[in-house]
Amino acid sequence: MQREAAIREPLILGDKSYKDITDDVVGPIQGSAPIGWKIMITISSIIAVYGVGCILYLLGTGIGVWGLNKTVGWAWDITNFVWWVGIGHAGTLISAVLLLFRQKWRMAINRSAEAMTIFAVIMAAIFPGIHMGRIWVSYWVLPLPNQFGSLWVNFNSPLLWDVFAISTYFSVSLVFWYIGLIPDFATIRDRMTKPFAKKAYGLLSFGWSGRAKHWNRFEEVSLVLAGIATPLVFSVHSIVSMDFATSVIPGWHTTIFPPYFVSGAVFSGFAMVQTLLLIMRKGMKLESYIHVKHVEYMNIVIIVTGSIVGVAYLTELFISWYSGVEYESYAFINRFSGPYSWAYWIMMTCNVISPQLFWFKKIRRSLVATFALSIVVNIGMWFERYVIIVTSIHRDYDPSSWGEFHPTNIDIGVFVGTLGIFFTLFLGFARFFPVLALNELKTILKSSGENYKKAQDNH
Amino acid sequence: MYDDDDTLKTAASALVAKGIRVKEVYSPFPVHGIDPIIGVKRTRLGIAAFMYAMTGTTLALLGMWYFMISDWPMNIGGKPSFSLIENLPAFIPVTFEFSVLCGAHGMAITYLLRNGTLPGMPASNPDPRTTDDKFVMEITTEQNGLSADELEAAIKETELFELSTKDYK
Repeated sequence: MQREAAIREPLILGDKSYKDITDDVVGPIQGSAPIGWKIMITISSIIAVYGVGCILYLLGTGIGVWGLNKTVGWAWDITNFVWWVGIGHAGTLISAVLLLFRQKWRMAINRSAEAMTIFAVIMAAIFPGIHMGRIWVSYWVLPLPNQFGSLWVNFNSPLLWDVFAISTYFSVSLVFWYIGLIPDFATIRDRMTKPFAKKAYGLLSFGWSGRAKHWNRFEEVSLVLAGIATPLVFSVHSIVSMDFATSVIPGWHTTIFPPYFVSGAVFSGFAMVQTLLLIMRKGMKLESYIHVKHVEYMNIVIIVTGSIVGVAYLTELFISWYSGVEYESYAFINRFSGPYSWAYWIMMTCNVISPQLFWFKKIRRSLVATFALSIVVNIGMWFERYVIIVTSIHRDYDPSSWGEFHPTNIDIGVFVGTLGIFFTLFLGFARFFPVLALNELKTILKSSGENYKKAQDNH
Repeated sequence: MYDDDDTLKTAASALVAKGIRVKEVYSPFPVHGIDPIIGVKRTRLGIAAFMYAMTGTTLALLGMWYFMISDWPMNIGGKPSFSLIENLPAFIPVTFEFSVLCGAHGMAITYLLRNGTLPGMPASNPDPRTTDDKFVMEITTEQNGLSADELEAAIKETELFELSTKDYK
């Protein structure tokens, strides 16, 4: 049996047995919905319905209902797209990269983080979809043998790379998530007593029985999928950044974009994981499984990636001056002192200064501070994309075509609507799905459970 | 049936040492180290995934060569469109994504088919507790050439939680 150093904090608190883990996770699914959950899902679904209404209005009328103009042709839509994709990245990072590094603390959080990934990528995919205006011809992005004339889609374009990257990322994450869910659905199936629920979970569990050979394959599949999901997650946000970096717009045409975007994505993703998990652990009484140590580990990731993002901001500034290119320097001077300087300084405060507070152990281990800072970081990362996108294009080469972007109600409605849809989906997940990876948690109980660690000390 | 993964492993090794073949083990989570004891070989799914991924690489390159070089070459921003090798840098992202797509999905589908875990399949674990906290070892008389009583005696020497016998005929 694997042993762990006694000075490491236990990952599972309290006197838990294998059965307790099942009870704690499956119990809330069997019981009736708590009142808090009902209130939250009502609010979020109302917002979601409003968002869907805005999207339908947009599709019916055309994207002129957004605040875009001939100078600022990309604004909230792409900002939201990049923001949501970025949030998605933490889930894959937790489940894939931390699996490769054999980090046991991921096991309490990976399931919900992956769910967050999937829902966030769905939200992200909405934006380029509706930005096409005529969404019913969105299949034109595929290389179809074509009867529209002899043109094929352009494989030199990062926008097409994005189509491949996002669809691969979404479907691979979904498969990875579902393969992990199958054994846990089987656990729920075998505990359910009501015939309908038993039937439903039976269907979802694909008849999983837990044979030794199947577990052997399960572990291999998890490992290989983690191995290929890791470069995938890095490639996806690199490709997203190339949507900008391969253009010749000052402020976008930067070679540091891929690593800078990837660390920004992980940074914002972990912040979102914190926001969601801190609510979920309280609401579902999972304090023994997701506790201060997990939060601290995630905060450490936030410091690291937040600092990388900070260095990237300063590098950009320095290089714009050092390059000696007039347009490039102006783009950055305009960023921090122009009409959008307020957004720039919000971004700087939220993303560079606030995560540095986590160097203090007290703050890093405080749940209230973490929750507050996680929201600050999410706001900051939204502004980062807004600053990069809008400030770089709002002052064209020719001053006569300078312009500004003002969001319309539909801009706001669509964005807030995606938040509503996202939270509705996540709440649905928290109610009906095993929110912790049962089968994985059970494997670490003996090495990282508090009771087992104590017993080991007494030896 | 056993109630701990470590006693299961000890019991399995003890039985195997006596020459008894364990037909199957059902457990709620992967028990590390049980596979060599009961003779489960390492899966070849990893190799399969690699082959699927290579298929994806080939298809992606072949497709892009046909679309962009052979069928309808275009001058896009003065970028080369005369040969696959010249244009390769721009094709790397899609090649990579498509390889991952094929590798991951191919592997997942093979995994589900080989396991026989598909939508609508009935559960075949002998006891519902094996997905919660119990571990079941399945041993048959016909595989071992021993009588039921002899087998039972051998099994009872291990730290057992429960024993049930079933007649398959």
